[in-house]
Amino acid sequence: MSEKSGLNRRHFLTVATSIAGTAGLAMTAVPFIASFQPNARAMALGAPVEVDISKLEVGAMVRVMWRGQPVWILRRTPEMLKHVDEGSAPLADPDSVEPNQPAYAQNEYRSIKPEILVLIGVCTHLGCAPIERFDIAPADLGPDWVGGFYCPCHGSKFDLAGRVYAKVPAPTNMVVPPYRYLGENLIIVGDDTGVTT
Amino acid sequence: MSATRSDIVATGSKLSQFVDWIDARFPMTKMLKEHATEYYAAKNFNVLYVFGVLAMVVLVIQLVTGIFLTMSYKPSADDAFASVEYIMRDVEWGWLIRYMHSTGASAFFIVVYIHMFRGMMYGSYKKPRELLWIIGMLIYVTLMVEGFLGYLLPWGQMSYWGAQVIVSLFGAIPGVGETLVEWIRGDYFISDITLNRFFALHVAAVPLALIMLVVMHILALHETGSLNPDGIEIKEHKGSDGIPLDGIAFHPYLTAKDLVAIVIFFIAFSAVIFFAPEMGGYFLEPANFEPANQLKTPEHIAPIWYYTPFYAILRAVPSKGFGAFLMAMAIVLLFFLPWLDRCKVKSIRYRGWTYKLALTTFAVSFLVLGYLGLQPAVEPYKTFTQIFTVLYFSFFIFMPIYTRLEKTKPVPERVTYHHE
Repeated sequence: MSEKSGLNRRHFLTVATSIAGTAGLAMTAVPFIASFQPNARAMALGAPVEVDISKLEVGAMVRVMWRGQPVWILRRTPEMLKHVDEGSAPLADPDSVEPNQPAYAQNEYRSIKPEILVLIGVCTHLGCAPIERFDIAPADLGPDWVGGFYCPCHGSKFDLAGRVYAKVPAPTNMVVPPYRYLGENLIIVGDDTGVTT
Repeated sequence: MSATRSDIVATGSKLSQFVDWIDARFPMTKMLKEHATEYYAAKNFNVLYVFGVLAMVVLVIQLVTGIFLTMSYKPSADDAFASVEYIMRDVEWGWLIRYMHSTGASAFFIVVYIHMFRGMMYGSYKKPRELLWIIGMLIYVTLMVEGFLGYLLPWGQMSYWGAQVIVSLFGAIPGVGETLVEWIRGDYFISDITLNRFFALHVAAVPLALIMLVVMHILALHETGSLNPDGIEIKEHKGSDGIPLDGIAFHPYLTAKDLVAIVIFFIAFSAVIFFAPEMGGYFLEPANFEPANQLKTPEHIAPIWYYTPFYAILRAVPSKGFGAFLMAMAIVLLFFLPWLDRCKVKSIRYRGWTYKLALTTFAVSFLVLGYLGLQPAVEPYKTFTQIFTVLYFSFFIFMPIYTRLEKTKPVPERVTYHHE
């Protein structure tokens, strides 16, 4: 065998084993990367939650946990609905164009039943928990405030349908989780099979 | 000039024979010469040249105290907060080990920030030290990751909500954002699973990367040689023995100076640990003395002080995506400093007023943004944040222009002794 063909053979072997090695490494990386994903137990713990709202008074809000996130269920008063109707302040996305709600909640009140608002109580800016501020024209939020949600972290404001005000850090409306009614006063959060617009 | 083995160990002695035995099997003497007794650095170093060594001292403090903390800490959502209290109250000297670690974190960033600013003053990032600077920047970024991961471990309110804010930043990446966030957390929220993996990364993966980068940083430094406050290459003037005329051996000359700095550092470090371990809420934030509660956001979320300049930049614009982009750019631009700076003169001593003004503006902006990042997002802080964010970026964006037009002073051939 000449020296040249020996080198060629070595070059071929180096390239071939490098390619095979890289492919093997890439495939071996898959289980390691995949191990970072939410596992079966985390998914089971993230299962849907049932909420009985028969005792929820008009104007009152209840919090439940779903997937570690606070879900708010607010029974809005007729005045609150009126404020949502009128659009109390300049809103960034008044018609809920951005997909921050299931299609069946992409309406005026961002809910299935107008008075019952279901929201994930997390600010769409950086995940803080906004505070419910149903008081009218408080000193700190100004005379135009007709009630809504205020995020203490960075000052984002949302109206009584979770729609974000214009010119605040939060980019989008608060998220409406998937939900459906199992009965007149029984809501299941996290499951919306069979719900149509 | 230099102290080598033959100076200290008499030839033919038992010790000398032992050293020879080792040297035939492991390059001990060779490495000592290359990196200590025959590594020459300029004789005109000033006090700013001790912070690299101090950073290594802090790294050792963090590694040792960290290892001892893992022996009593429990990385689970149910036990983490209580186990930190257990370290503070029940573990023998646990409070001291923990305070050393928490103070060490802040000390790390103080010395690293001074070390980096030293580099910017004297042009330590310039050719041929571009890679040295980039490796250093990688150390800085790795350090920020390490600090962030470690901050979740006490599982206090600020741990929890700080992690929530920072992890959700990845959600701003178009398309893959939400999937990526779930992948990082391993859950639909910051949970026990997240804490457990942050612990693994904080105590094993990231420290290993950090140590490797530090070794690379030192190897790169010893390849190019250290610069000096005059910004001139001492290798260009060598004596007949091949040793730079302005150079002195790292050991024993510079190590002696470094030991003094280390003693002074330990005095300051101990003063903080014993008299002000919380540093008025800056080193250990008050909200973190309350266990994590995912249903209650603290009234005011501020990251720990060493991240606040970047946090201020994040909040400077009312758009999550653009804010996150600006914050990333604030760090990324630093990597490109060797190419943004077009001036041939390295040291600020011989550079024009434009760079002096620019560097001062940059330093002031960084400090002011650091202050603003601690304040709530209301006026007048918002406006000031925007002004200083613009100033911060101006330093980099206009750098190729103002450094090219710079009127510089003549650079001396040999090092000088200035009193600045």
